[in-house]
Amino acid sequence: MLLKEVSLLLKKEFVLEIRQKYALNGIILYLASTIFICYLSFNLMPNQLQPLTWNALFWIIILFTAVNAVAKSFLQESGGRLMYYYTLASARGIIISKIIYYTLLLVLLGLTGYLFYSLVLGNPVQNKGLFLLNIVLGSVGIAATLTLISSVAAKAQSNQTLLAVLGLPVLIPVILMTIKISKNALDGLAWSVSQSAIITLLAVDVMVATLAILLFPYIWRS
Amino acid sequence: MKKHWWKILTVVLLLYSIVGGLLMDVPRLHILNESIRNTFYHVPMWLGMMILLLTSAVFSVLYLKKPLQSYDIAAYEFAKVGILFGILGIVTGMIWANFTWGSPWSGDPKQNNAAIALLIYFAYTLLRGSLKDDQQRGRIGAVYNVFAFATLIPLLYILPGMTDSLHPGSGGNAAFGDIDLDNRLRMVFYPAVLGWTLLGVWLATLGIRMQKISYQRELSELS
Repeated sequence: MLLKEVSLLLKKEFVLEIRQKYALNGIILYLASTIFICYLSFNLMPNQLQPLTWNALFWIIILFTAVNAVAKSFLQESGGRLMYYYTLASARGIIISKIIYYTLLLVLLGLTGYLFYSLVLGNPVQNKGLFLLNIVLGSVGIAATLTLISSVAAKAQSNQTLLAVLGLPVLIPVILMTIKISKNALDGLAWSVSQSAIITLLAVDVMVATLAILLFPYIWRS
Repeated sequence: MKKHWWKILTVVLLLYSIVGGLLMDVPRLHILNESIRNTFYHVPMWLGMMILLLTSAVFSVLYLKKPLQSYDIAAYEFAKVGILFGILGIVTGMIWANFTWGSPWSGDPKQNNAAIALLIYFAYTLLRGSLKDDQQRGRIGAVYNVFAFATLIPLLYILPGMTDSLHPGSGGNAAFGDIDLDNRLRMVFYPAVLGWTLLGVWLATLGIRMQKISYQRELSELS
């Protein structure tokens, strides 16, 4: 029952995204121009950036793109449409489908960003498999956190600023772990070195997603 | 009078921790020297903060289960006192770090995470400020409070353990329990923790009473 609901809602998200291509295109353009600005402001030839800087810059760009991408999950849907969902679907179904959808979107954005970023700023990543796994794990945590926070922020005035203010500090555990694993991937360390960090990130992801699913019904009701 | 015994206890414990903490004999340790007395003021701030924030989160869970306004007020007031303790903890820590580590802010993971914790709770007060409707403020605030407290746990207890820290108990430094916190320190330390935490509870209960009175006045003005 819940599974069917989630898959239907997920399908709705995809259809909406395809019908409103400008939103997706906008966010990809945002990502591309941010990366290009970073490239120009460092004013370096490719491959001259320190791996440490490369890593931090990449995740900061992804983080801010994610805030902008997830912002529309509740902020840009009109009150009438939210009311309509309320009569049709359960709160659990909506939050689960949104988290899955935004995880996929963030993975897509992460990969696109990684591609474009390595094109202009060089690609010092040595363990590519770990880096890609890290993008997926990071996306789950960021998507779950930001989906819940954007539903919180949607209830308040001046919500775009509020989303960043509320979201960024609670995202720090996820971001710190992803940056740590990503640094290991950059240095080409063996998988066993990152094992405990991966498990911690996974645990944080599960915790954040569970909390989001548990807490969302209270927001949905109001 | 019977209800106020714990307030008298607070005053006695705090007087004891101030007088005893400054005058009693403490172990001589290299680098720390006399600044080890800050154990009685800095560490209780952190423990007190965590206890107050936990109380706040518990009230938020209660509010989500049963939306009584008094739960909401209690959650907010405990969080506010928790923030105050957090600020005091950072300030006392910075003074201490200036003497022992050489600079007030040395990028220690626990320092950074404490600053993040404060950012999270400042965001909580901001969120509450931007919501006008009482019920909505209660519910949305409670959701954020629970979520924020849950993210604090990995932030404060798991992540710093994975990197080197100048604080005792991680990165090869011995924990207080092992050598530093010997029996002479314990005699003041535990009463100090209890005293400062009780003071926090006292402050929070005063805040709760003030909020309740102002709500009642608002109601009576409306009717």
